[in-house]
Amino acid sequence: MFRRLPDHKGDLVTFTFDGTPLMASKGDTVAAALLAAGVTRFRTTPVSGADRGPYCMMGVCFECLVTIDGRGNRQACLTTIEEGMRVETQHGAATYPTGISA
Amino acid sequence: MSVHHVNTASDLQETYDLLVVGAGPAGLSAAAVAAECGLSVLLCDENGSPGGQIYRGITEASAATKARLGKDYAAGEAIITRFLATSACYAARASVWSIAPYEPEVGEASGLEVGVSLAGAARLIRVRRAILATGALERPFPIPGWTLPGIMTAGSAQIALKTAGLVPSGRTVIAGTGPLLYLLAAQLIGAGASVNAVVDTTPNGNRRRALAHSFDFARSAYGLKGARLLAQVHRYTRVIRNVMALEAAGDGRLSEVVVTYRGGTERLPADLLLLHQGIVPNLNLSLASGCASGWNDRQATFTPTIDEWCQTSVPDIAIAGDAGGIIGAEGSALHGALAGMAAAWRLGRLSEAERDKRAAPVRARLRMALRGRLFLDELFRPGDDFRIPTRPETIVCRCEEVTAGAIRATMPLGVRGPNQMKAYLRCGMGPCQGRLCGLTVTEIIAQERGVAPGEVGYYNVRTPIKPVALKELAALPQSDSAIKAVAGFVEKPVSASHPRTQE
Repeated sequence: MFRRLPDHKGDLVTFTFDGTPLMASKGDTVAAALLAAGVTRFRTTPVSGADRGPYCMMGVCFECLVTIDGRGNRQACLTTIEEGMRVETQHGAATYPTGISA
Repeated sequence: MSVHHVNTASDLQETYDLLVVGAGPAGLSAAAVAAECGLSVLLCDENGSPGGQIYRGITEASAATKARLGKDYAAGEAIITRFLATSACYAARASVWSIAPYEPEVGEASGLEVGVSLAGAARLIRVRRAILATGALERPFPIPGWTLPGIMTAGSAQIALKTAGLVPSGRTVIAGTGPLLYLLAAQLIGAGASVNAVVDTTPNGNRRRALAHSFDFARSAYGLKGARLLAQVHRYTRVIRNVMALEAAGDGRLSEVVVTYRGGTERLPADLLLLHQGIVPNLNLSLASGCASGWNDRQATFTPTIDEWCQTSVPDIAIAGDAGGIIGAEGSALHGALAGMAAAWRLGRLSEAERDKRAAPVRARLRMALRGRLFLDELFRPGDDFRIPTRPETIVCRCEEVTAGAIRATMPLGVRGPNQMKAYLRCGMGPCQGRLCGLTVTEIIAQERGVAPGEVGYYNVRTPIKPVALKELAALPQSDSAIKAVAGFVEKPVSASHPRTQE
């Protein structure tokens, strides 16, 4: 869906998406890094389970919510990619470990 | 001198003279002018670097990117350089989620209390005044299928280009109306991307209405630029006009764009559809802060009520730039400067005479910058069918997946406005907090009731206007009376002279 222009300079950063190792350019947002890697589905909705991907890229639509390093509901378009980041598809509503055992 | 970067919530001061929200042209100019007048200024912005969306990524942009985006983009550098040379405090990646009058437990209410989140922690700080320069967002474009992956806004493609050097690959269709549509098409073509078609949804009747303002437009900076862009786009891609309906189709992701125009229906295979029908003020913070607004029919949106010094109906809050009604990047920078001068005057750093003297040349330039705006507003006012979906299956509220059909079917229950609709259907209750459906819901209800959108009103927007983690809120310091209101008692520290008691 997107490709990187050859004159774009930036050190490479490695991260994973759903366990698959991918490369990004330093300074990318998580959303830009995923789009550049060919990822179109970022999450499924909590209402119908439909696939969604980024829409606005500026923090207003909340369509690009992903799980980053175990924490859900992160806006991929407002988060800068970092070396070793573990990014995952968010399935439905985010769940949080409560630390409370039944 | 140079700005002081604030990186964590604990680095924030307790108080500032002035809070500016948003580091686009309006916010940067407002903050710079106010700081130069001697005010202590805090500028909060969600992005990692200054510039807003229009100058997004310019401080890190390569020469190639700047060349590609042209001198209108490069113009942002001067505004940023001026701001960075002041003594203001600058908090990047900070979310302002609440602004309310400061009402201390004892003493008189004065100024504002502001909720800010930064690097995973929240703080409440106090400011004497605030300037909201929250800019604009792209108007909702509710067509059947617009929630499919592979459909993004034109602005998002520009952001990808500005910040990451990304251009569309595969089959790309750009659809809608507005100056950005052709600007983006030209920029993408210039960058070597293929644009398979531009689908222009500008209603034909608009040209006649715009004609009344064409003299001003022809003399404006927009006139020549617009003519050049059109010629360039026409040379390199197919332009489809007289469009009556637009639809996106695909299974799990976009596969084709269905265009109905005078003469037939065509299915365009596509990997990426970029939608755009103009921009509207980003209202959530001003609405949540209680600033009055009204329906602006020419721009088909609500705009805050502000005076010539950017003052809103709330005594300590001003609004500058596109957030107060769409005026463009150049206009926004000048508008922000006026707001900065007004803040310095209200806080006693500028005399009225000095304020007026400094403002006069800025106002003259603002008049020049706004020349041609009426023409653009009339020409690119999106058609009713593209703002107010007629097909029942069209999703209106993307977060809660509420369709136009569901909204219309709920009207007979006696729904008068969007807040009742929200109670019935949950539209506007998802994480985007109505930003992508508010105007559409208002206009559908207005259409069904046969009244003006102003009479229907907008969602009641409440703080926090950005999602804040509960643990951030819970960690905020609480006053004794607030704790007592919830818990019924206040735990006193244990000490020998003050034995622990429950009130």
